Amino acid sequence: MTAQRDPTAALAWLAGNARRHPGIAVGTLVLAIMVLVAAAAPWIAPRDPSQIAPLQRLQAPGAGFWFGADLIGRDVFSRTVHGARISILVGLAVAATSLSIGLLIGLLSGFVRWVDALLMRVMDGLMAIPSILLAVALIALTGASLGNVIIAISVAEVPRVARLVRSVVLSIREQPFVEAAVVAGTRFPLLLWRHVLPNTLAPLLVQGTFIFASAVLTEAILSFIGAGTPPSIPSWGNIIAEGRVVFQFAPHIVLFPGLALSLMVLAVNLLGDGLRDALDPRFVSRA
Amino acid sequence: MNESATILSLDDLRVDFDTREGPVHAVRGVSWSLAAGQTLAVVGESGSGKSVSALAVLGLIPRPPGRIAGGRIAYRGQDILGMDAGELRRLRGNRIAMIFQEPMTSLNPVLRIGEQIAEGLRVHQGLDRPTARQRALDMLRLVQIPEPERRLDAWPHELSGGMRQRVMIALALACGPDVLIADEPTTALDVTIQAQILDVLRDIKTRLGTSIVLITHDLGVVAEMADRVVVLYAGQVVEEGPVRAVLRRPTHPYTLGLLGARPELSSRSTGPRRTRLTEIPGTVPSLREPIIGCAFAPRCALASARCRAEAPVLEARGAGQRSACWHADQMEIPV
Amino acid sequence: MLSHILRRLLATVPVLAVVAVVVFSLLYLTPGDPAVVLAGEQASEDDIARLRIALALDQPFLTRFGLWLSGVLQGDLGTSVFSNRPVTELIAQRLEPTIALTLAALAIAVALALPLGVLAAARAGGMLDRTVMSLAVLGFSMPVFVLAYLLIMLFSVKLGWLPVQGYKPIAEGLWPFLRHLALPALALGLAYAALIARITRTAMLEVLNQDYIRTARAKGLSETAVLVRHGLRNAAVPVVTIVGIGFALLISGVVVTETVFNLPGLGRLTVDAILRRDYPVIQGVTLLFSALYVLINLAVDLSYGLFDPRIRR
Repeated sequence: MTAQRDPTAALAWLAGNARRHPGIAVGTLVLAIMVLVAAAAPWIAPRDPSQIAPLQRLQAPGAGFWFGADLIGRDVFSRTVHGARISILVGLAVAATSLSIGLLIGLLSGFVRWVDALLMRVMDGLMAIPSILLAVALIALTGASLGNVIIAISVAEVPRVARLVRSVVLSIREQPFVEAAVVAGTRFPLLLWRHVLPNTLAPLLVQGTFIFASAVLTEAILSFIGAGTPPSIPSWGNIIAEGRVVFQFAPHIVLFPGLALSLMVLAVNLLGDGLRDALDPRFVSRA
Repeated sequence: MNESATILSLDDLRVDFDTREGPVHAVRGVSWSLAAGQTLAVVGESGSGKSVSALAVLGLIPRPPGRIAGGRIAYRGQDILGMDAGELRRLRGNRIAMIFQEPMTSLNPVLRIGEQIAEGLRVHQGLDRPTARQRALDMLRLVQIPEPERRLDAWPHELSGGMRQRVMIALALACGPDVLIADEPTTALDVTIQAQILDVLRDIKTRLGTSIVLITHDLGVVAEMADRVVVLYAGQVVEEGPVRAVLRRPTHPYTLGLLGARPELSSRSTGPRRTRLTEIPGTVPSLREPIIGCAFAPRCALASARCRAEAPVLEARGAGQRSACWHADQMEIPV
Repeated sequence: MLSHILRRLLATVPVLAVVAVVVFSLLYLTPGDPAVVLAGEQASEDDIARLRIALALDQPFLTRFGLWLSGVLQGDLGTSVFSNRPVTELIAQRLEPTIALTLAALAIAVALALPLGVLAAARAGGMLDRTVMSLAVLGFSMPVFVLAYLLIMLFSVKLGWLPVQGYKPIAEGLWPFLRHLALPALALGLAYAALIARITRTAMLEVLNQDYIRTARAKGLSETAVLVRHGLRNAAVPVVTIVGIGFALLISGVVVTETVFNLPGLGRLTVDAILRRDYPVIQGVTLLFSALYVLINLAVDLSYGLFDPRIRR
């Protein structure tokens, strides 16, 4: 019922699950490697990502430039590695932002009846607008910057989180143990902390991983179409956008960041899938 | 005694289910045979293997995890287990039909009743739509569904459990099969509806002469419907014989226990009414490990050292009965 | 039945209303002077002043919203800052390529995903199942433009079978039309297929465990009939739902695909508008696609009644 475990037991349980759900293991491993590479970018990258070398423009991948060079001779490998940082940053920021705001709205909606109808209508409306267009509209109005991109994508992700939290709250409210706690005089904040929040942890965690993947993807798309991070930032979307014009004879500029992007999203999706299966209440009760 | 042709027979059937913790031996050497026009009851509690052995006939055991581990199933002398998918499909619904325990979920919720009955006719007999529809109507009349014309176009969720079971019977018999296997057809229904369904089955028996395998755990149903009975325990046959003989004078402690455990209301019994439900103490043994000796020994009042060491074999007891017990002759039958 | 349809139709009104309010309000909720944004970079002080009056910026919010909404309902989605043409006209010009792309992608997706999903479920745990599911996760994770570039590399650059980019309207001949549409539709269709295949498999697994499947087999029906007539029809509801929801992903895919392949559709219109800071166009396209999304989900909702008679009441 209330998810109060001690951390060592949780860790052991997670490890056991990893064996049964290879998705979690593979996803986490690949993701961990990518995070490490990204974190170590300044040391791993052989060149500064904005360093120009006009003489080696469009050089094919090889000894000098592992992923080749772009239109003005910048090292695609270094740029890709730095781009990983941007993607991870965006992913985490969007996940954190949308989860927190969504949590607040969901809690509010679930507990305060009269505000529920209004809030949910607004959430429904927001969800009806395709997120890419919503983000594009917001960026068009506020200007392209990393912060604005994060905010724009978060706005699109909040409604789903809010709905999720709301449904958890609504189902928890009906449970006998909550009624018992209320009757026993438990004050609201404690109720929230002890009973409601722990039950939102698992679904929010799963949702969070999917939001991360979606945010990384959306940022790349936005940058690709020119409504994302400013060109000075070597985000993967930007690198690919720059490589578009010369794709036919220098495909490496598009392909390497593209594959890195696919790899990261794949890893996170696998992780999310695995987590969802592992944290499924039907399975948890058996543990 | 009239030797009718054997239409369906199981011969030392063995069925295993492969689970993560190892194989479960659900059916461990079951043999029974059904003569033409006869009704055979297969009796046992849950886990006895009665349903599994019946599902095996039509190849309906989910594989994986199920697996036929040995034995033979013969329809009119022809081995079913060796048939390929095509032959098996021509058999199903056409020569051998089956109805199941849960009428509420056994019909496709998105297709009309008439269509579901007609489907089998169109597949097996190549009938066109109007003819198949007419036949479906006839079948609904056969199972005594009120307002059959209206019901043809009804959806399953518009019918009650009893009605749905009648539709299942109609569906099963549409192509005129020789054999109907009824897997606990009345268990999920109210007692009053049960009686109606049994009436329908009895009617079918007399009118069409269908041979029926009736799987049940209810001895009252056995007494009403069946000619012969086979009693299963832990995946094996422990007793078999003509119904009257077995119910009057069981020759296996398990059968006796089943009789004692049956709530007795009517004046159908010849002796004084039992005033208490006798429970057979203990539970069915695990089917994972091979069982040494008699499977029933742990729960049997007559168990001896021999019972625990050596598995009894089926022996004739007179009046066409057979049972597997070392102490059959020591059984006291309260009258 | 008719009342059911009517009720559902009416239920979309509040959602559409919220969409309208949100889309309209974005301009006013974000920092900056709305008149300046809408006037564009080339505008003079006079233009901006005139625009301020036209927008009735001094009026209360509701009045402005009412004015705008009545315009929208009459088909006026504003005027492009860049080309000075009505947004509606611009949209109409670009409809064909987008519709062609969307329908083709949808067709490819369904044609691939349904059979694969059904078969994967029928042979759950087997080689086919694992392959299909792995490919599906991959297709679902790989961004459409990466997939598109890979396809271009293979089919256009290496094999030379198909053109790298461009669009030929159907009026200029069926074969060129198809040749130019093939790769974009494939790229988008594969991504969409991955999503549908996953859900089809999950739904089918659930369905295949049901008793009526056993009944169907016991009747001696062919495996195809069991899987499709009895299985898939019951799995239809979640599958159709995901097709509806996936439409939002399809839209972002359309924008990207039209950019990669240089198709003169609504997606490219949006991207150009971003480049030219042409907000009215962005707003118009957003409104259009949102309304379309709501209507598509309405259609999905109504289709449930078709698939499942229990829902009709």
